[in-house]
Amino acid sequence: MNQSAVMQEWLATAPDWILSLPKWAYDQCYAFFKSFIYDDRYLIFVKGLGNTLKLTFLALLLGIALGVVVALVRVSWDKYGAGQPLSPGKFLLGLANAVSKVYLTVIRGTPVVVQIMIIFFVIMANSNNKMFAGVVAFGVNSGAYVAEIIRGGIMSIEGGQFEAGRSLGFGYTQTMWYIILPQAFKVVLPTLVNEFIVLLKETAVAGYVGLTDLTRAANIIRGVSYQDFMPLLGAAAVYLIMVMFFTWLMGKLERRLRTSEH
Amino acid sequence: MSTEAIIRVEGLEKHFAGGAIKALTGVDLQIARGEVLVIIGPSGSGKSTLLRCLNLLETPTHGRVFFEGADITDPKADINLHRRKMGMVFQHFNLFPHMTVLRNMTLAPMKLLHRSPAEAESEARALLARVGLSDRADAYPSQLSGGQKQRVAIVRALSMNPEVMLFDEPTSALDPEMVGEVLDVMKQLALDGMTMAVVTHEMGFAREVGDRVVFMDGGAIVEEGVPERIFSAPTHQRTKDFLSKVL
Repeated sequence: MNQSAVMQEWLATAPDWILSLPKWAYDQCYAFFKSFIYDDRYLIFVKGLGNTLKLTFLALLLGIALGVVVALVRVSWDKYGAGQPLSPGKFLLGLANAVSKVYLTVIRGTPVVVQIMIIFFVIMANSNNKMFAGVVAFGVNSGAYVAEIIRGGIMSIEGGQFEAGRSLGFGYTQTMWYIILPQAFKVVLPTLVNEFIVLLKETAVAGYVGLTDLTRAANIIRGVSYQDFMPLLGAAAVYLIMVMFFTWLMGKLERRLRTSEH
Repeated sequence: MSTEAIIRVEGLEKHFAGGAIKALTGVDLQIARGEVLVIIGPSGSGKSTLLRCLNLLETPTHGRVFFEGADITDPKADINLHRRKMGMVFQHFNLFPHMTVLRNMTLAPMKLLHRSPAEAESEARALLARVGLSDRADAYPSQLSGGQKQRVAIVRALSMNPEVMLFDEPTSALDPEMVGEVLDVMKQLALDGMTMAVVTHEMGFAREVGDRVVFMDGGAIVEEGVPERIFSAPTHQRTKDFLSKVL
């Protein structure tokens, strides 16, 4: 890295007013220049941000899909499993319930960093698709938490709602789909948003398998620019802004959902 | 009223908590097409459990339930098909809070009977007009009074064109001034010839609208007969004790 080349370009591009700033402010401007502007380093940062968003949203979708299925298996088993005579249906449900319980225990009992490394370096050893491994790892991890959140939501809906659906002639699945789940989702929405925010920040460990997310991008810039403060501050600021934005967005959505009941 | 039994119950027993609680201890009962059967009795007598066994919201421990001649307690029977023809009204209304009144009423006809949205809506609006709630079609349940909620619950059940209506203490959760409007709807339904099984504490309704009254105690039917006789000349001591407390 040629420090003087950086300095030359800095002096050529920096507007005069910056040169007349006090030393501490001037130094920060120069650090910012080295971290993001010089050599278009901000592009690394933008790419990392894009990967973080892509990873989070895809993992979220996978997590919700998995979570709903596991929650339904657990709830259905509690409702219909025990006390019923043995049948092929009960056997399959029991098996699914046992698998779900193992899944919840293992996933919630081990660190996500270890999980993503096992998935990328062991299970998907023959593939180099880091994004795919990341989506699977974070989706499967998030699914375990989402499952318990949704299960709690389903159980919070009065039994009378279920009976009303069944009494009209809806089957178990239809009652769940049309009547229970929409209400349960509304109840758990704030908790799901929280899980989403946790997920967004947790993807910061994706760098362990070489996926260039926002955090790894900041780290790469740190390496090439010899700057610590600016790249890390930038990453932190972008995470914070995203979290604040999604919190605000969900607040709006929640208020809109709530108006349908008043 | 024809004498054909639309519902027949044989040797019905229901145990809870693995047999520790015997809610029903052997009930035999028939309900004729067009009949209004009123089930009365002290709390814990098993009358709600009996009603809930009729559409299998409770699974009987022993005994059988026949609906239109078919044994619906047979594991091979498709209970969902039978329930479409058995409307149920609950003590706590159980309207779907995330749907408008109209949606509450059109969901089942559209999804189960494959009515078009327009058909389902016009039928729902006609039913709402019958119970004087035409102007509440787009309201959410939380915007309704208790009496209005229960009237909507009744027409929601009616939207499936049931053969029989089951009422599980439909006025017990209502403020006293709203009981009348719900009973009026039920009375009109009875006059229109609907087969009804009603669990209630409204003795006035039982006497005026009921074709037959069943008195239950301790999970069994103690006495049954026309309202006149049950209320003026009960033969069992337990019936007398109960009526002396509630009348």
